[in-house]
Order: sequence, then C-alpha cells, then structure tokens
Amino acid sequence: MRNLIAIPLLGLATIIQSSIVGQLTLLGGTADLVLVLVMAWALQEAVTTGFQWAFLASVFMSLISSLPWFIYFACYMGIVLLALLLQRRVWQVPLLAMFSVTFLGTALLHMATYLYLSFSGRAIPLADSLGLITLPSILLNMLVAIPVFGMTRDLANWVFRTAEPS
Amino acid sequence: MKDQFSRTIQTTVTFLITAGVLVLAFGGYFRSASGTLTGGLVSVQDWFASRTQVIQQFLAAPGDLITLRARNAELEAQVSQLQTQVIDLQQRANETAILAALVDFSRASPESSYKAASVIGRDPSPFLHYIIINRGSNDGIRRGMPVVTNEGLAGRIDAVISDAARAQLITDSASAVNVHLRNAGTDAVVVGSVTGDIGLELISQDAAVESGDIILTSGLGGGFPPDLILGQVVNVRKLPAELFQEATIQPAVDFSRLQIVLVITNFRAINTVPLVPTAIP
Repeated sequence: MRNLIAIPLLGLATIIQSSIVGQLTLLGGTADLVLVLVMAWALQEAVTTGFQWAFLASVFMSLISSLPWFIYFACYMGIVLLALLLQRRVWQVPLLAMFSVTFLGTALLHMATYLYLSFSGRAIPLADSLGLITLPSILLNMLVAIPVFGMTRDLANWVFRTAEPS
Repeated sequence: MKDQFSRTIQTTVTFLITAGVLVLAFGGYFRSASGTLTGGLVSVQDWFASRTQVIQQFLAAPGDLITLRARNAELEAQVSQLQTQVIDLQQRANETAILAALVDFSRASPESSYKAASVIGRDPSPFLHYIIINRGSNDGIRRGMPVVTNEGLAGRIDAVISDAARAQLITDSASAVNVHLRNAGTDAVVVGSVTGDIGLELISQDAAVESGDIILTSGLGGGFPPDLILGQVVNVRKLPAELFQEATIQPAVDFSRLQIVLVITNFRAINTVPLVPTAIP
C-alpha cells in the first residue's frame, strides 16, 4: 500500500521539474529531477517496483513535454534495467552505482531525444547538443543525485520496513 | 516684671539673629557652607538610591526577562509577517507592472483581442523550448494562436487541454517565423536553435541589412499576424559564395523571464499544407 507514494511523489517531482528545476540552467543543460528519482529508486536494495516507477514517470513527463511518450517510456525502462544490472555488480558502493547510472541514464535519454529530433527534421548540431546540453545536464544530474539518493534510501526504508510486518 | 522684660529681650534677640542669618543667607554669604552640607546629603542620597535601584532590578529581573522574551518573540513574529507581506507586495507590484505593460501593448493594437495567461511551467527536456500556460480551451485558446508579450512575439500555441496550453517559443529549434526587415525592405526567416538562440536566415544577397534593423513578422504563410516585433539585427554574415545572408538577432523578449503572456485569440493560423503542390503519380 505504501508503494502508492510513487504517484504523489513523482507527480510533485514532475511539477517541480517543470516549474523550478527546468529554469536553473547551466549553459543549455538542466537537471532532470524525475529521471534521477527513478534511477535512485531503482538502485535501492529492497526495491522491486523500479519498472512501475519508470512507467509512472514516463506518463507524467509525457503529459507536460512535447516529446512523444515512447521516448520517455523506452528510456526510463532502459535506465531501470541498467540500474538493476549495475546494482548487482557495484552493490558494495551504492553511490558509485548511482553516479554511473546517472551518467549513463542521462546520456541514454539525451541520445534518444537527439535521434528522435534529428529524424523528425530538426537541424541540431551534434557538437552543440553534446557540449552545451548533454554534458552540463550530466553534471547537474550528478549534483542532484547525491541528495536524491539519500532521500530515496530513507523512503525505501520507510516503505519496506513498514510494509514487511503487514 | 523683670522676667517678662528679659523674655522680650530674648525674643527680640532671637528674631534679630534669625533675621540676620536669613539676610546673610539670601545675600549669599552661606553659599560655601550650605554647598558643602547639601553636597554631602545629595551624595549620601545618591548612594542609597543607586543601591536601591540595583536591588529592585535584581528582584524584578526574572519577571522582566519573561516579559522581554515574550515581547521579543512577538516582535520577531511581527517582523517575519511583515517580511512576508513585503515579498507578497513586491511580487504584486511586479505583476502589476507586467500587466500594465501588457495593457499598454493591447491598447496599442486594438484590432486584436487578447487573453492574458501566466507561465506555469516549461518543457522538461532541455532540447525543447516550450512553455506551459494556465489558459486552455475553456478560455478560448486554440492551437496556432500567437503568444506575445509587451516586448514582442514569444511563440505560438502548440497543444491545448481544457485549462492549460503548451506554447512553442520562437527559440525552439523547430520554430520558423517569416519576417520582414523594414529598413532593408526584404523578407527573411527567423529560426530557433537547440541552444535557445535565434538567427535570421534566407536574407537575399542584394538586401542591405545593417545591425540595429528592427525585425517584424511579415504575416506570410499565415502562421503569425504581421508587424509583431521579434528583435533587432546584431550582426550580419555575408559571404559571396553563399546564396543568402545570415544574421544574429537580439530577441525583443527575454525568454528566461517569461511570467505573463498574452494570447491573441482572434487570430487563426492558416494551414497552408494543402496548398503545397505534390507530385502527381
């Protein structure tokens, strides 16, 4: 039952992303709070609902973004899968796993966005998108990753500790 | 008889002495003596008074502390409340200034009808430049309507739901606006980019474009109404080997500070796609 916290939490994260975080730019890049939240949740040991969170996050993001839903859906699912793979390999250093997933996840989402926009006829220089958007976004996401990881760890403890006895 | 005489003399002498003392005192002859006497008395009284005050303060201190702490807390609460009010009033003043500018703008173009909307969000993808506004189809907003500020053209409505809409800014990489350079007397196209900069393209090689030229919408293509300001030419890039000139633009609108916008509700974008000739098989 406590898993339903995902709905208000991801909804709130989407609103914060759209109204506040999206305006804090470094060159052309911005942090992606929802993406980092999904990655941090998927990396928690006891969590088994990573894909459900990814699905919900893609639904929320599709509602406000002009990118098509399948980009978010495919990328978030892929990122959760990546997080689960890395969690098993780098389980002793969770923060390192978080940084790795943040780097790879942001790169994956931006690569998918770039490919989609290029195929839809927009002229986007690769050097500009890499240097002015993707790299600053990765840096910002890594900065956001530290507090978000701590918060989701506490949240996972709260959800699963109280869920176990019942 | 003798006793009575001596008493009269004593009384007279006493009066005389008293009168003499008073005369001398009023004449200022006792000033030094009285000064010494009263000075001593004042010092003693001062010592007692100061000690008494210290003792009174010591005894009354706990009560005063409690009162002062309560007063301090009350004043702190009042200060924070006033600070909140100041912030609120500053925000309202800011909004009022923006709205006043927008009203001035709408008065300057009375042929258009406008709907004011607040910017409530932006597209989460850094590759895209869209804003979300708090007016939708319930307020008469439709896809394709131009979005402006008092400074100039901001973009156009891209998607609408009942109570909100998403507008594509002219800085978006998919945006292209047909414009007219009045000084040069030529048409061109303003295109956005992934970084949010806008540029002027497809300027004829013959046109004499200079920095500072004002860029207005031309109305060609039916996507935007004519004569909306977009910005100013900053510098021109003209290469003889190329077909067209290019120019960088200083946009009129500060896109990072969009708070309130106007949607031109009596303008319908024209769909020119059916008019584009297609190859007949």
